[in-house]
Amino acid sequence: MSFVQNFPFFSIILSLLCTVVSFILNGKWARRLTLFLLCAGTALQTCTLLFCCRGNIRYTYMMGHFAAPWGNELSIGILEASLALLFGVVMLLSVLGGSEHVATDVALPKQHLYWLMVDLTYVSLLLLCYTNDIFTGYVFIEISTIAACSLLAAKEVGRALIASVRYMIFALIGSGLFLIGVILTYSITGELLFPQLRTAVTALWEAGTYRFSMTVAIGLMTVGLSIKSGLFPFHFWLPDAHGQATAATSGILSGVIIKGYIVLLIKIIYQVVGIDIFRASGIQNILLIFGVGGMVVCSISAIGAPRLKTMVAFSSAAQVGYIFMGLGLGTHSALLAVLFQIFAHALTKPMLFLSSSSLMDASGGRQDFRSLWGAGHRYPMAGFTFTVGALSMVGIPLLAGFIPKLYFALAAFGMGWRTWVVLLALTVSTILNVMYFLYTTILIWLPGEERTHVHERVRPRMGTVCPAMLLAGLNLLVGIHSAALAALFTQGIDLFCQ
Amino acid sequence: MTQIFGNLLSNYEDVVAVLLFSIGFCVLLFSRNLIKKVVGLDIMDTGVFLLLASRGYIAGRHVPIIVDGITTAEYYINPIPAGLVLTGIVVSVSVSALMLSLTVRIYRTYHTLDVDALYMMMAVNKGGKP
Repeated sequence: MSFVQNFPFFSIILSLLCTVVSFILNGKWARRLTLFLLCAGTALQTCTLLFCCRGNIRYTYMMGHFAAPWGNELSIGILEASLALLFGVVMLLSVLGGSEHVATDVALPKQHLYWLMVDLTYVSLLLLCYTNDIFTGYVFIEISTIAACSLLAAKEVGRALIASVRYMIFALIGSGLFLIGVILTYSITGELLFPQLRTAVTALWEAGTYRFSMTVAIGLMTVGLSIKSGLFPFHFWLPDAHGQATAATSGILSGVIIKGYIVLLIKIIYQVVGIDIFRASGIQNILLIFGVGGMVVCSISAIGAPRLKTMVAFSSAAQVGYIFMGLGLGTHSALLAVLFQIFAHALTKPMLFLSSSSLMDASGGRQDFRSLWGAGHRYPMAGFTFTVGALSMVGIPLLAGFIPKLYFALAAFGMGWRTWVVLLALTVSTILNVMYFLYTTILIWLPGEERTHVHERVRPRMGTVCPAMLLAGLNLLVGIHSAALAALFTQGIDLFCQ
Repeated sequence: MTQIFGNLLSNYEDVVAVLLFSIGFCVLLFSRNLIKKVVGLDIMDTGVFLLLASRGYIAGRHVPIIVDGITTAEYYINPIPAGLVLTGIVVSVSVSALMLSLTVRIYRTYHTLDVDALYMMMAVNKGGKP
């Protein structure tokens, strides 16, 4: 066994260790420790990814001394490592960009707890990417909910508190339903590890026994994770939760946490249930319809949103719709598009939240559209990154947001009625995206300072601008070098779906 | 009909678990008081844990602790669900603690626990400063 194969385990243990140590540090040192953890985690995931790519392998890693089916396992491959790497990079840039806002939004004596929760979020995301055990998956979706809710409530403003309670209630209903799904699956199959579950589920389905119970179990797990990731029509908690938090939290919540649940769902669909049984159960079509519904309805809600960050948050709910639409198509090419969508959205949304916060700073802390008039002139760098993010979300070529749209359209061909539904939804959603994102982009670049209360230019905060610029650069890189990334994902998907 | 009733009677733990879950779910969703919502959440979790714990019980078998030197698996009940329930309880306690601490902070800020009143306050302050 190569030494590199231990790296995912090391990164998990290191994150847990940092979480505990952060508790006794002050805010400044806890922040440094979090930055160190995210950098180290990124390096370790990069090594793991390179190792898996070079050897074209996917392996299981035994945690502790008990072998399967008794012990706990990690499963590590190209897909898992690249997603874990993405989550680390996005969290690192969100945290770097949002640090100055954290310093003002979170009370000084509690800042170390904020960074502790960031560490905890990173652990839970790593585990959601790598776990090979369905109950470990449950435990870490709960831990990530607790961490996310604490990050949200850290901004001691009444609205953020109410938003976090609402978020918590929906998230708990989601995890309750997921747990019932897990229990049903366990009581039918008697297994908890993914490979053993897969064998048992396939055997039961082919024998024709317990089909109804199995469908209910798969449905409950899917609905539970859908509620937690903000799929339409369960998205009501999302705009307030993502729109009220401090910039770093909004970026982490929108960019990575909802993706963590989706990664677990992808693993359940492809590794526990198997895509053929998932298709036969009929749940796939429901996901497709809800995904398409989310793309349209959430975009319409974004047009009517009264505040900038609420609009950006509604756009997240719409983008989650794209992901579920891809899962509803259920082919390998649709999964490729889903991965691109996860990458594009994770790289774009934190950038939009960071620049929105900067634009708010340039508008006297207000975020209604009237106050934002001409904000780009007062804070040109934030205006630039917001424009790049908006263009990417709309789907302008050369930027990351264009690639998933293209791959979704390609994946939809030859699928009967689904082809028309997907193509129509893509068209309508893109038009709606143009309506609200370009409206806002034009608004922030309009001349006419006499319309707002604030006139003076803002001194750019390099701590916020540089990470947003880096995210913009990564966005462009993904947009230009999509072929290389597609080759990597295809290699990963082939190993993942074996 | 008799068969359905018989099945329900023989799986009475599951019936109680479903009832508890439904009661908790309704309280969590429809109660206006935040404290009652937390209580509803705990009732809901209790229902889920009962369902999970009852999966491991096999009538006529013994507690899975080796005292008489018997090591055959057929002598004992399944211990895995009990382990899972313990983990679940730890998660549930942490979640309740977090919800209660949020409730305390909301009460200090707004002097009410009525969710409708809180949402009204949020809706009034549209736009402008958060």
